[in-house]
Amino acid sequence: MIATTQAALAAPRGFGLTPSLKRNRRWALIASYVFLVLFAIFFLTPPYYMVVTSLKSDAEVAHMATNPWIVANGITLEQYKLLFTQTDFLTYFKNTAIVTVCVVVITMVVSVLAAFSLGRMKFWGSGILATGIFLTYLVPDTLLFIPLFQIVRALGLLNSYWSMVLVYPTLTVPFCTWIMIGYFQSIPKELDEAALIDGAGHMQLLMKIFIPVALPGIIAATIFAFTVSWAAFVYPMAFLYSADQQVLTVGTVTSLIRADVYKWGMLMAGALVAAAPPLIIYAFLMDYYIAGLTAGATKG
Amino acid sequence: MAEVALRRVVKRFDDVEAVRSIDLDISNNEFVVLVGPSGCGKSTTLRMIAGLEEVTAGEIFIGGDLVNDLPPKDRDVAMVFQNYALYPHMTAFENMSFGLRLRKFAKSEIRQRVEHAARILDISDLLDRRPKALSGGQRQRVAMGRAIVRNPKVFLFDEPLSNLDAKLRVQMRTEIKRVHQKVKTTTVYVTHDQVEAMTLADRVVVMNRGVIEQIGTPQDLYHHPKTRFVAGFIGSPAMNFLPCTLEQGASGLRVRISDTIDLPVPEARAARYRPAVGRDLMFGLRPEHLTDSRRSDRPAGAEVTVTLDVVEPMGMETMVFFTVNGTEVCGRVDPASAGAPGEPMRLHAALEHMHLIDPRTDQVL
Repeated sequence: MIATTQAALAAPRGFGLTPSLKRNRRWALIASYVFLVLFAIFFLTPPYYMVVTSLKSDAEVAHMATNPWIVANGITLEQYKLLFTQTDFLTYFKNTAIVTVCVVVITMVVSVLAAFSLGRMKFWGSGILATGIFLTYLVPDTLLFIPLFQIVRALGLLNSYWSMVLVYPTLTVPFCTWIMIGYFQSIPKELDEAALIDGAGHMQLLMKIFIPVALPGIIAATIFAFTVSWAAFVYPMAFLYSADQQVLTVGTVTSLIRADVYKWGMLMAGALVAAAPPLIIYAFLMDYYIAGLTAGATKG
Repeated sequence: MAEVALRRVVKRFDDVEAVRSIDLDISNNEFVVLVGPSGCGKSTTLRMIAGLEEVTAGEIFIGGDLVNDLPPKDRDVAMVFQNYALYPHMTAFENMSFGLRLRKFAKSEIRQRVEHAARILDISDLLDRRPKALSGGQRQRVAMGRAIVRNPKVFLFDEPLSNLDAKLRVQMRTEIKRVHQKVKTTTVYVTHDQVEAMTLADRVVVMNRGVIEQIGTPQDLYHHPKTRFVAGFIGSPAMNFLPCTLEQGASGLRVRISDTIDLPVPEARAARYRPAVGRDLMFGLRPEHLTDSRRSDRPAGAEVTVTLDVVEPMGMETMVFFTVNGTEVCGRVDPASAGAPGEPMRLHAALEHMHLIDPRTDQVL
């Protein structure tokens, strides 16, 4: 027995599986890095181009002979200054912020309550209702805006950014509810039973147990609602006309592109400033976002 | 602290009748264990007492009050779950105090109760930790602490040790018994493990297919099972069952198991069994009553020689397996006297512990 063990210990190590595994791992890492670098270049090129262009003067942008990828004639913040002082950009920004905050709040209140009742309080027809909610998300907004136009006009909200607060939830609530149903269903049933026995009512159960436990899912849903609301284009294009009611996406385009005249410097500066809030939110909450989406996807 | 009573309680899930009209009386401070195989209705019964399942028919009383229509929070019961069901975002202290906080207890009272329960369970140092930072056994203690601080009328345990490894399970079993001795409260405990049931219970309720097969003390169930199911379920390894015929011999009643094996019925059992003479029955004998003949000096026994199929040394004893008429039989023998597979061995059957079962009714005679 001892002799066998010693023989095994004395056998040459480093042969067999180990070197092959190391080699495989090295190649996998090299391949990963190559593709990551390619993707990074692919996705970072447009923002880089935006930054560079926004820091040029109109004269340099218009001069076809200069290299578009570098700032040759000195960095200037002239485009940002003009954007903030000569256009309605700040009004668009304010309108977008108001609409987005309202939409996110409405979406989260409705989605969390809907998901809790559909995901945990089993009642007759809850399964069909949950599927139905998801199906409504599959209807594209390019189809929905026609009937919604009638509704918005009937309510007297045409050319008012409050109409966006009304119509954006038709996009955000179904998807966020679906994410939250998946998340709530992944929470063990014994947790609500323990809370019910401890003396919690359904509302306390939601507020004190479900929302804290499902926080990653709620953050993921919040980011989704924020992104949809911040970046929506079709609805403001259809329902908003005047500059004082306009939001960033449509306002920037309509005020900085006149016929075939493109104010490239200000367009790029406006796009960068408009992209800043989602970027900041993503940067801080990315981990929660991924965790939330994964849980919803696998257990929903 | 309260009595619990179930009267003709039925639970139906669509077409499946999970619990079929059971009656059960649990005394104040009694520790009752519901035991049975998966799907026997034991957990459903517990959940109906807790208020987590509605009762299809019948009545449930806690402390003399009908609780059928009361929600769980108004029944004054506390429950410990198989997977602990601790709130993951709360510390052990917050978990234990959650019920008290919902009931608006004073902060000083909450602290006092939690610290008292923590001392009983030896988890005073863990109160600031979240469940993720606790081991399985520690989590189960916190879950028990959550129940204790409430000082409820009834403790309900739903297979609380099933998620623990074998060693920890034995430790926690002792711990639960110790806690019950300190915190005298009516307790209903569900398990599928008959060893847990036997070691913990004042009385054991054996359930099978939605009905109660037998209620009794652990000793009562072990020595005097009323049905074949209870006889086979209680005891490990399980009781051996062999088809037999009861015959009237010249010197008294005999149980004929095969052409070569017929065993004398002890005189004390003769009167009870005599009406069944000539009938085909089932002979039952526990492995611990089938021992090696050399060390046995019991007078009521009989000796049989068998050929061993499998020998399982357990340390302090050895299990021997052999077949009789194609049925596998197990005996428990002294490690020193156990033979090898294929060898003959002389075994002693302690027939004062034998049982005869009517195969038509599955009732023990």
